[in-house]
Amino acid sequence: MSAHGLRPKIQVQDVSYFYPVAKPALRHVTFDIPERAITAIFGPAGGGKTTLLRLLNRLNDRVYDTRLEGRILLDGQDIYSPAMDVIQLRRRVSMVFDLPNPLPGTVRQNVIYGPRIAGVRDPVHLDELLEQSLRRAAMWDEVKDRLDDPAESLSGGQQQRLCIARSLALEPEVLLLNKPTSALDPISSTKIEETLHSLAKTITIVLSPSSTQQAARMADLAVFMLMGEVVEVAPGPTLFKRPQDSRTEDYITGRFG
Amino acid sequence: MRSDRVIRFVLFLVALSAIAALTLITLFIFRAGLPLIIEVGPAKFLFGRTWSPTQGQFGIWPMVVGSVWVTLGALLIGVPLGLAVAIFATEFAPPFAATILRPAVQLLAGIPSVIYGFIGLVILVPLIRESLGGPGLSILAGSVILGIMILPNVISISEDAIRAVPRSYRDGALALGATQWQTIWGVVLPAARSGIIASIVLGMGRAVGETMAVIMVVGNALALPMSVLDSATTLTSNIGLEMGYATGKHREALFATGVVLFLLIMVLNAATSFLVRRRSQGGIGR
Amino acid sequence: MTRVRVSPKVTQSMAKGLIWAATIVTVGVLLFIVIYTLARGMSHVNWTLLTAEPADMGRSGGILPTIVGTVVLAMFGVVIAAPFGVGTAVYLVEYTREGWLTRVIRFGVDALAGIPSIVYGLFGFVFFVLTLGLGWSVASGALTLAIMILPTIVRTAEEALRAVPDSYREVSLSLGAHKWEMIATVALPAALPGIVTGIILGIGRCVGETAAVILTAGSSLRMPTSLFSPARTMSVHFFILAREGISDEMAWATGAVLVVSILLVNVVINWLVARLIRRRVAR
Repeated sequence: MSAHGLRPKIQVQDVSYFYPVAKPALRHVTFDIPERAITAIFGPAGGGKTTLLRLLNRLNDRVYDTRLEGRILLDGQDIYSPAMDVIQLRRRVSMVFDLPNPLPGTVRQNVIYGPRIAGVRDPVHLDELLEQSLRRAAMWDEVKDRLDDPAESLSGGQQQRLCIARSLALEPEVLLLNKPTSALDPISSTKIEETLHSLAKTITIVLSPSSTQQAARMADLAVFMLMGEVVEVAPGPTLFKRPQDSRTEDYITGRFG
Repeated sequence: MRSDRVIRFVLFLVALSAIAALTLITLFIFRAGLPLIIEVGPAKFLFGRTWSPTQGQFGIWPMVVGSVWVTLGALLIGVPLGLAVAIFATEFAPPFAATILRPAVQLLAGIPSVIYGFIGLVILVPLIRESLGGPGLSILAGSVILGIMILPNVISISEDAIRAVPRSYRDGALALGATQWQTIWGVVLPAARSGIIASIVLGMGRAVGETMAVIMVVGNALALPMSVLDSATTLTSNIGLEMGYATGKHREALFATGVVLFLLIMVLNAATSFLVRRRSQGGIGR
Repeated sequence: MTRVRVSPKVTQSMAKGLIWAATIVTVGVLLFIVIYTLARGMSHVNWTLLTAEPADMGRSGGILPTIVGTVVLAMFGVVIAAPFGVGTAVYLVEYTREGWLTRVIRFGVDALAGIPSIVYGLFGFVFFVLTLGLGWSVASGALTLAIMILPTIVRTAEEALRAVPDSYREVSLSLGAHKWEMIATVALPAALPGIVTGIILGIGRCVGETAAVILTAGSSLRMPTSLFSPARTMSVHFFILAREGISDEMAWATGAVLVVSILLVNVVINWLVARLIRRRVAR
């Protein structure tokens, strides 16, 4: 059931997740992520938000000795089934991290990295993807003359948008963003929020915001998580104006956090 | 995904190469040397005082004594010197000194042992002969040269150990009114103790295993040495010298000496690993 | 009789003095060795020396075959050792976590590092020269040297790989790379300066090694023409000339060339490390 009446893109069904050390990181998490909308998963630190995001693109496969219960479905398909190709999954569900982390290399090399290892070799096609992704990340005009400069020579805000462009080059269906503006100044942050708004018209966005205010600004669907559990799920404006659960209300109004 | 698994397996095999090589080395050295030890009898081999291959006498005790003295001497010279330089590098060095010291120690480590040996022969040996007497070609000469050669090992590992001591230890002592030296001597060095000991054991291993430089300066006399000014033979120099022309039982005996050396080094190695593991468990965790 | 208490300040001055002295002695010894060798040898180093073959058991002529021998042995030694060393490091860092297996592998590497070169010589002789029938040859020498420098390469490569930030790996994997693709396109390139440093250290070790080389590559003065020819390296040449008293001149000349080579190797390593540090800081 999605809050928008939109088709659910990703369905998290009774997911519990255990690291080797004692307490479960996620407990019976259930909600649907609507397609072509911004879903913001927010809450105090340690709530399991990062873990949940990393489960959505199976990046947590890298961690040893963990256990997953429940299912996560992408377009109805269980992403943890043996039939699912992890590599393909990561191209469809692409992640942007909290600290801008350009790969060593030029702007161009960063953006076309994904398509190149996916097997795209035609330089014309790669150039198309390059320009298209940089435009969608709202930075083509800024870097079109600097495509062969080292990615590290860009400013922090530009680097983060470069990381977004990098993911977009794979033409993903879902974009996962973990605190994307936490290392950036307010102006760059605003630019990125605007970019995400326009991307949400064509891509499903799942965002763990850098602040509660960001969640309030951006969420079409808001999910409040506390200590590994989902406390409340509601359309953004609804949850922030009239939270149902007292814990949600306390957190939003700053009584704890 | 299949390709991932194949690559993982191939790399697994590659990673076993070190153990495979070690196994081969152990096997072949023992195969070549153990029979003679058994034939002569381990006690007679190890403690026998006569090495006279042409007459079938295979006692390596003089070489063992020679190795022990030369190594101890090398440690007596190399460890205080190396430790001092390590302390200098971590505590006292003005910036320009650090930039000279690091490449200098690196270079020291890279110079071929034969050059150390020949310079020892040409300069140190006559010096000893003229000022202290004896043939010059002596345990003392060997110790000095080896002491210099193990400096890089002692310095770099001690330096690491000293650097790993948490600032808080130093700050605590200084805040209580200790001088810098009191802090170093009383707090930092004891805290770095196991790392420093590890460097000593490593230096020991290097000194015991050195061959070429030792051949050139230690005299290679077969009698049991009685003083540091006497010429002597070490386990390594004996093998190095005679391997060129040894045949039959003689050659087997040299391999047997190799077995003894090998075992000795393995013991030293085990000691080092044990110490290093203790250090990293000791709370300066990474 | 009252005990005289030495003030801590005085103790400190004495200690500092001793330590300064020790450092100066150490650096001094190094300088002495380098300068002495170059002083006694450089005057005899000329184009002929570097390009001619030795005559009269090495008393005259040049040292070309030994230069070739040194280069060839070091080169093949490294070419054999590098894939195994880097491969082992990649496996340890990227494919396993610490456990009994990694402990076994590390034990092997550490053990190899401690074995004296003369024992390597004995092994190389018994295994490569005799059992495998390769004879005194470049092949025997290079294979033996490869095992000797394996630990060096494994250790530096492992350190270099561990220094690569994990974020690079996660980015690459998130963009749909297979694990081996991630290693080949991101982890290894990022670790390359460190790995190359280790390889050059290995080269330096091969150049200076004598005991193991004599027993496996022989000491023939003839120019090596194939993998199965015996070869003499500059270190071996130096040793033989010096010890047999054949020619002090030629010995020192060879020594000078040796020391210059080592100096070059060291300069290259330090330049690489500086580049490595500069890259890190630039981020």
